[in-house]
Amino acid sequence: MGEDENSNLHVPVPPHREGGTTFPSPHEIPAGHHEKPDIDCQGSQTREIAYGLLRVLNDEDEAVGAWDPGLDADTLRQALEHMVRIRAYDDRMMKMQRQGRLSFYMKCLGEEAVSVGAAMAMENRDIVIPSYRQQGLLFVRGRNLVDMISHCITNSNDNVKGRQMPVHYSWKEGNFVSISSPVGTQFPQAVGAAMAFAYRGEDSIACSWLGEGTAAQGDFHYGLNFASVYKAPCVLVIVNNQWAISTHRNLAHGGSSFAARGIPYDVASMRVDGQDFLAVYAAHKWATERARAGHGPTLLEMYTYRGDSHSSSDDPSIYRPGDEYDSWPLGDPVDRLKAHLVKLGEWDDEKHTALEAQCKEEIIAAYKEAETHGTLKDGPFPPVSTLFEDVYEKEPWHLLEQRGEVGL
Amino acid sequence: MAPSGTTWRGGALMAQMNIIQAVNSAMHTMFERDETVVSFGEDAGFYGGVFRCTSGLQEKFGKHRSFDTPLAEGGIMGIAIGMGMNGLRPVAEIQFADYIFPGFDQITNELAKLRYRSGGEYSAPVTIRTPCGGGIKGGHYHSQSPEAYFTHTPGLKVVICSNPYDAKGLLISAIECNDPVIFFEPKRLYNGPFDGDHTAAMVKWDTHPKGEVPEDYYNIPLGKAEIVRPGKDVTILCYGTMVHVASAAVENSGVDAEIIDLRTLVPLDIDAIENSVKKTGRCVIVHEAPRTSGFGAELMSLVQERCFWHLEGPVQRVTGWDTPYPHSLEWDYFPSQARIAEAMKTTMED
Repeated sequence: MGEDENSNLHVPVPPHREGGTTFPSPHEIPAGHHEKPDIDCQGSQTREIAYGLLRVLNDEDEAVGAWDPGLDADTLRQALEHMVRIRAYDDRMMKMQRQGRLSFYMKCLGEEAVSVGAAMAMENRDIVIPSYRQQGLLFVRGRNLVDMISHCITNSNDNVKGRQMPVHYSWKEGNFVSISSPVGTQFPQAVGAAMAFAYRGEDSIACSWLGEGTAAQGDFHYGLNFASVYKAPCVLVIVNNQWAISTHRNLAHGGSSFAARGIPYDVASMRVDGQDFLAVYAAHKWATERARAGHGPTLLEMYTYRGDSHSSSDDPSIYRPGDEYDSWPLGDPVDRLKAHLVKLGEWDDEKHTALEAQCKEEIIAAYKEAETHGTLKDGPFPPVSTLFEDVYEKEPWHLLEQRGEVGL
Repeated sequence: MAPSGTTWRGGALMAQMNIIQAVNSAMHTMFERDETVVSFGEDAGFYGGVFRCTSGLQEKFGKHRSFDTPLAEGGIMGIAIGMGMNGLRPVAEIQFADYIFPGFDQITNELAKLRYRSGGEYSAPVTIRTPCGGGIKGGHYHSQSPEAYFTHTPGLKVVICSNPYDAKGLLISAIECNDPVIFFEPKRLYNGPFDGDHTAAMVKWDTHPKGEVPEDYYNIPLGKAEIVRPGKDVTILCYGTMVHVASAAVENSGVDAEIIDLRTLVPLDIDAIENSVKKTGRCVIVHEAPRTSGFGAELMSLVQERCFWHLEGPVQRVTGWDTPYPHSLEWDYFPSQARIAEAMKTTMED
């Protein structure tokens, strides 16, 4: 392997590239273990949860402990529907990408609860500044599927006018801020958006997401520190899905939990089982209420697993065991919420199969309708004149001149 | 800040101001007019900034509108964007232009592209104020002129003032602009016009016509250059401190040069440039920043593309050298009256 025994440099490697199921131990913390602090607590009072793991659903598929949000069956079914629909959407879009009908795609397999739980715990007036794997926010907030697909196939109905790669949605009506590819930049922006709410005396909040790999960026720390200093009404989320493309989480930190990084900033911080919809919802509900009431920011680490490739351009079989997701000790968010509803007597396999079929049909129909606005292969695309629009509010002379050079 | 001595002129109450006072007056004016305007930066709140440009804002309008920040330019730019996209009109101070680089990604990848990448859904009307340029014995970390990094980024507007009257009028326009604007304040000019002769006694703005500034609201549109001195032999394109160095070089050389203060680099006043160079047939470009890929390269290209058949001599550049900005050898680096005179001579002789 080209190892040099004279070198003392430590470079970490993933614990199980070739297979096996050795995972770090937070999952051994039982559901219902953690107390629920008051929303006006000091950040340091969340220390135990920052190093622990907030779980509500136990191994018997029951909701237990102080963090059980007590949601009714209709709400739980709604959450399950969202997650099943997202999964159907992702599967369809990746399939279309494989057929060359999308230039690029990113699935969120395994992370559906992370965004669905967050969005359901917030109000639509709250600003979200996501990363690229929180498509669930759009589903919960009710974005039109045809518009989403139109963006991904960059046709004439793409509201961002074909300027971004697929999955870089923007939806101002839903207070969903345009996604940018540079990672981490959204944290300080979310803090600023939250400060603007506080400035006007409004009780809306901002919420933002980045991955555990991005928690190595300066922007992560800028965001955390500014949030702490100004007690900004925001919720900052680290989605620890274990992998940043091929970079294992152990290259993003030297140990400990990611949530624990909030504690020295005196930011309330919790590590949450990201496969447990109820835990995700409860953590966001607590953090959102804390922010709304003026008690400051919360850092949440969603402990989850990226069930599929980073993107359509990535082949994870090169760098991780193919069955790793199946071995993930905290399971799958759809399976777990489904099992909980079944346990409650509010759901069954037949309904689930019917729901999956219905979602698949909806997505196929929406995709067909989206293609009436144009396809990636044949267009129509946004008119070429849009190339020069929106650089500035009004086109200055040099852009008008360049527009003239292409005969427009 | 009470400016010394006020007079009425053309219906406006005029006061003698230096650039610091003019910037401060612009800030107070905009804080009065628009409560979405907020100001923040390192030492920019209670203390009013290390150059005192935001002095009195916190006292008068409250610390929620004018506040200090942690020492993190990337964070300052990030929160400015978030505030800008959520209904505020932030004016962020970067203490020295040399320290803007930790915020570079937020400025060039995020702020500049937000409107475009969101299909026009989102935008952030952020103004970034930052003192730039040398002549103050500041060494390479308190003297840089980084304007070209930003003129090269679509989506940003870039402004640089050269006197108190322009400073206030241009800053008000920058704050009112719905696009992000980087507003450079040449710090050697804060207290007086500097003609490049560091051995001469310090001159204040009191005796300069542009030191007389309206107390109330007015603006100078972005994208409009000013002919500082009309002339027929050669056009000098310059901005910031170099406007005053070039003016002195022209006065001392006896050349009938037309001096144009560009004031806004993006969008540029191309008509002013084209009209002047076509008239004079000769052009000298002056800036403090290093030469290679400096804004002068863009100016020279535009002059060549638009005025080629009118040119009677090669276009000349007088710039900082392609070195880091030096400390002890500052005056060997700083573009001098002599170098400008020499460039005029070269283009006139050829």
